[in-house]
Amino acid sequence: MLSRTADGLYWLARHMERAENVARIVMVGHRMSSMARSLDNPGNEWHSTLLAAGCEPGFFAKHGEATAPLVIDYLVRDPDNPSSIFSCLETARRNARAVRTALTVDMWDALNETWYQARSSARFVAPSANLPELLEWVKERSLLFNGAYSNTMLRNDAYYFTRLGTFIERADNTARILDVKYHVLMPRHEAVGGALDYYHWQAILRSVSALRSYHWVYQDRLKPWQVAEFLILRPEMPRSLLSCYDQIIRTLEQLAEAYGGKRGECHRIAGELHARLRFGRIRDIFQSGLHEFLTDFVDRSVTLGDAISTLYLM
Amino acid sequence: MRLHVRHQTSYRYDNPIAAAIQTLRLTPRSYDGLRIVQWRVWSDARRDFPVFVDGYGNLTHCHAVNQPHSSAVVFVEGEVETAATSGIVRGTPEPLPPLFFLRRTRLTEPDAAIETLARQIAPQGSALKQLHALLNAVRDRLDYLPGATDAATPAAAALAAGAGVCQDHAHLFISAARLLAIPARYIGGYLWTGMESREYQASHAWAEAFVHDLGWVGFDPANRICPTEAYIRTSVGLDYWSAAPVRGVRRGAAAESLSVAVQVTQAGGDQ
Amino acid sequence: MTLPVIETIGAALPFDEMGEPENCRAQYQLIQRWMAEMPPELLGLKRREAELLFRRIGITFAVYSEGGDPERLIPFDIIPRVLDAAEWELVSRGLRQRVRALNEFLRDVYHGRQILRAGLIPPELVLHNAGFRPEMQDFEPAQGVYTHVAGIDLVRLGPRDFTVLEDNCRTPSGVSYMLENREAMMRLFPDLFARHRIASVSHYPEDLLETLQSVAPPNCAGEPRVALLTPGAYNSAYYEHSFLADEMGIEIVEGVDLFVDDNIVYMRTTEGPKRVDVIYRRIDDDFIDPLTFRPDSLLGTPGLFNAYRSGNVTLANGIGAGIADDKAIYRHVPAMIRFYLGEEPILHNVRTYSCGDREDLAYVLEHLAELVVKETHGSGGYGMLIGPQATREQLAAFADKLRASPGDYIAQPTLALSTCPTFVESGIAPRHVDLRPFVLVGKEIRVVPGGLTRVALRDGSLVVNSSQGGGTKDTWVLEG
Repeated sequence: MLSRTADGLYWLARHMERAENVARIVMVGHRMSSMARSLDNPGNEWHSTLLAAGCEPGFFAKHGEATAPLVIDYLVRDPDNPSSIFSCLETARRNARAVRTALTVDMWDALNETWYQARSSARFVAPSANLPELLEWVKERSLLFNGAYSNTMLRNDAYYFTRLGTFIERADNTARILDVKYHVLMPRHEAVGGALDYYHWQAILRSVSALRSYHWVYQDRLKPWQVAEFLILRPEMPRSLLSCYDQIIRTLEQLAEAYGGKRGECHRIAGELHARLRFGRIRDIFQSGLHEFLTDFVDRSVTLGDAISTLYLM
Repeated sequence: MRLHVRHQTSYRYDNPIAAAIQTLRLTPRSYDGLRIVQWRVWSDARRDFPVFVDGYGNLTHCHAVNQPHSSAVVFVEGEVETAATSGIVRGTPEPLPPLFFLRRTRLTEPDAAIETLARQIAPQGSALKQLHALLNAVRDRLDYLPGATDAATPAAAALAAGAGVCQDHAHLFISAARLLAIPARYIGGYLWTGMESREYQASHAWAEAFVHDLGWVGFDPANRICPTEAYIRTSVGLDYWSAAPVRGVRRGAAAESLSVAVQVTQAGGDQ
Repeated sequence: MTLPVIETIGAALPFDEMGEPENCRAQYQLIQRWMAEMPPELLGLKRREAELLFRRIGITFAVYSEGGDPERLIPFDIIPRVLDAAEWELVSRGLRQRVRALNEFLRDVYHGRQILRAGLIPPELVLHNAGFRPEMQDFEPAQGVYTHVAGIDLVRLGPRDFTVLEDNCRTPSGVSYMLENREAMMRLFPDLFARHRIASVSHYPEDLLETLQSVAPPNCAGEPRVALLTPGAYNSAYYEHSFLADEMGIEIVEGVDLFVDDNIVYMRTTEGPKRVDVIYRRIDDDFIDPLTFRPDSLLGTPGLFNAYRSGNVTLANGIGAGIADDKAIYRHVPAMIRFYLGEEPILHNVRTYSCGDREDLAYVLEHLAELVVKETHGSGGYGMLIGPQATREQLAAFADKLRASPGDYIAQPTLALSTCPTFVESGIAPRHVDLRPFVLVGKEIRVVPGGLTRVALRDGSLVVNSSQGGGTKDTWVLEG
């Protein structure tokens, strides 16, 4: 297929996934800050949300202070922010239009209708006013899109590039959400392991729809290293880094098979990352620093994305 | 006269560029005033380029580099035997009729000043007399001043500035000649400047005008003469735009630095 | 120059293609009965159904310059236009004849220019025309074909009078509407199709593909690979581009998807470069190759023209075909038919005044209120004056423009365009129509029966362009 078409599919999947992920990150921020307010402990939750979303420099180029309405507006609606939910939906649709012939009718309908609703509904005018409902809607639209392509696309290279987009973005996001915790300052009198700390971990799990499954897998109260392990190393958790890399590895292999065994640097990088996740231990990760691990992971993901581009998309 | 040409163009980029492609009109075609002894165009990336004849009859090479690179060098080397023809150009391939060369172009679009110039020339009588008067009038009005204009400067702007290079002289000459209803065209080529001080680069441009009974006649307003056996004609077009010796497009964001070295020498001994 | 024959324009009534209610023409009898039987509410319902259908299929026609909804729909009229077999036979013969002559003209104009030597067309009109591309001189495209897809705009002035309004030899669009209109009608009114024998149009994409394959360049070894080159998703006809590529099963590419190496064109694929032999291009000459044409074009592929001229790729339509559909050249098409084919034109031409001609200009200025004046290089109905509908101020302002640059304009009498029954606000009423049939030229010439009928929905409007608020109809050719 055309490199540009593959590129379009890959990025359209990434942007739909990113829209959902930004929604999930904003959800964490929202929960943490409500918590802090209820405990009468306003902290820097919104600032850390910006950091996690990778939108901090852009935000401060435009605004002075990370207040709730400004951050929410920047992450949800602001067309100047290329990673805002609105921008992601628009970029996804633009990519979709450019590769329209490669999409199934259901995929197109899901994307087109999402964009149409985003543009025409009042939701995006004042995002703070109805935030939970708006974020739910974004999640639903993304789920619809994922369902549409998973269930209607031919299992050929077009499908593989779409999946690659989804999982590379998802892994990146799970790492970022987990990293929110690193950035949130704990008020001095709040102990690690105390009520606020507990709520933070809970908010993180909730944001990746994994609170119940955590209990199911661990049958234990929330413990930071277990939450981290769940989101990084557990294969059963569908948004964990390992889970995502299971899919990435498989998809890259399917592509290599489809193209007569042709492999490249991206196969090596993905294999190496996958091995680290597959055989990694959470206590080693904590020992050398969770934040350092996550930062390194995000960097390597970027390198992987570049390598995929070089081999297939240029 | 036997002339030897060496022409080397080096491109350097501060960042590697993804691809570059060029159309090169740097090869003369034989006619009454010129016979090719040998001629070659190549680059450091390729030994030879595909070649075709364009709509004006120019031998055209296409040079493409489709991998990332940060430098490229294009070489032209050849030898020709020239003869003096008093500027009269015969025996060239002429795919397009003289009437076509009355067509206006952006670079030769006349303005009021050029119209005035043409009006002053008009009373000279015969076309040939008009053209010779124009040859001097153009040079009188445009000082030779490299840097005053660039490749995209139209004749009218050069005239307003009162300065330019051979390209501008040729454009102004062409523009005015067309106003006098004399078909005129742009010629790119090389010039042997002998031992004189090098006022002009060895890469040169001049004009040709169509005169009944004579056919195409060369005029070099920059030097106030009709081309002699020191001239090697490599490309023809309506203006610089269609006769450009080199035209290129590249893909990739980078700053380019260009160096050109042209040597035209008399073959078979120093003089 | 001969003196133009000065005609007064008779206030002839337009030809009604259905005929008088009591004297309905044969091919419309079933339609008339069907309209009479159909309750108006049902008709309205069907129209809304059709609208939904089109919205769903995603037919869009962006008119960015007008602002508003960039994806607004072209109105579709659910009452078909019907031509009988004899009428179509006449039209189809006329189209083949005309397109053959246009191709001969292009080949001549880029070689020996016999027609200019014969004194039939003023040489400056060709040689100084922006549509004449010197880059094409002495180049012979595969099979000698320059305009592979021609859209000839016809109006009907009487029972046997089909008149050409305009030739489109570069990148005529609209064929997707022809195909989708038929599809929609078959879904909405299957019973109507059961009662008629209507010639099929659905094989157009196959015909197009075969046409394109038949003009593979001489240097193509084996099965030619064909691609459709689009300016991109923001082009107003993008829908049509992707639709056609899909129907033909070929790649739809943008300029950046192609690159040229050794004067051979390749497309970038996930499996590496693949050679392309034939390009059905929907990008204008000016923008197709920044190395040869406009250097500021971001749409094209640098080096494409060099590959074309080297015989390594076929561009369809060919470069420089615009000289044949130039509005100033139009009046000479009947002469071309006689000159190249030795035949009398089957389709008529509209009397055309070249404002560049002094006597013509004098006539035009004097009769401005009766004439339609068009820019020779304009398209889409912009920059034109419809004399009878213009105010005194508009007429005066236009007269100034004409005097300032007369060479840029031609004028024609206003025509009494034929009408067809059309479903409008007030019910069913006659509205003016034109017809754009599509002619394919490869090793052979093919014409799909019918074409795109455009209808002026506003009462009395003569502008049927989709960019100016016109609608479309399904066009039926009944089999004999």
